[in-house]
Amino acid sequence: MPDLGKYAFYVLSAYGVSLVCLAALIWGSFRRAAKARAQLAEIEARTKHG
Amino acid sequence: MSLWEYANPVKFMRMADRILPVLWPLSAILLVGGLIWGFFFTPDDFRQGSSVKIIYLHVPSALMAINGWLMMLVASLIWIIRRHHVSALAARAAAPVGATMTVIALATGALWGQPMWGTWWVWDPRLTSFLILFLFYLGYMALWVAIENDDTAADLTSILCLVGSVFALLSRYAVNLWNQGLHQGATFSVDAETNIAPVFWYPALAAMGGFILLFVALVLLRTQTEIRLRRARALFAREVVE
Repeated sequence: MPDLGKYAFYVLSAYGVSLVCLAALIWGSFRRAAKARAQLAEIEARTKHG
Repeated sequence: MSLWEYANPVKFMRMADRILPVLWPLSAILLVGGLIWGFFFTPDDFRQGSSVKIIYLHVPSALMAINGWLMMLVASLIWIIRRHHVSALAARAAAPVGATMTVIALATGALWGQPMWGTWWVWDPRLTSFLILFLFYLGYMALWVAIENDDTAADLTSILCLVGSVFALLSRYAVNLWNQGLHQGATFSVDAETNIAPVFWYPALAAMGGFILLFVALVLLRTQTEIRLRRARALFAREVVE
């Protein structure tokens, strides 16, 4: 770990906030993609058999 | 082969399926590599000390916040002129990604501004136009959700996107136009004389590459999601009518 001196709080907070935002964005995008895929598969199966 | 081929949702989905498995690891390598390189293996700046390490997050996220909106502008114009649904859905898909980039740029800017300028925020032209750009992102996403008819939503959000582009460009060029405020001019330059030292430049370049590829990968994935949801809505509507 590098010695961040008196700016440690600012640098670590910047990295922390950014990584949380990026992780939430990526997780949310994959979750929404999975839901959409399941929703479409369900409705396609229903319309095929219905 | 023409770019317009991908206006066909089936072809777009197939192309995205082919590209995404390459894009994800490539963006991860560049992004994580650039950030680790910048955080652990670069020296402190002689004036800014270790706070210079924020540059590896602040500049790439600001870059993508502005260019994300410009990508939405191009997609919106394609929708307005050629009525390709995929382009309208791509613009919609890019908005949350661009908005997140704007949040990161604003947050890291404040965290950098406090130790360097002595304040978290100042109503300087660049910061203010950036905040307005963020509000445009929120308004754009809200408008898509608020309107039931997809085509009407695409029309109105495209107009909003055109208006918001003024602020996207202002946030990029505010420093040059007004030449006032605390925010400095461009940090990176193609001119080696005015560009920052290579020891900071190379990891920043890797981080920027990572942010760009991550943006593209997320927009492709989210556009696929929008196409699937639109198809699901259409099938459901047909089911209800029958």
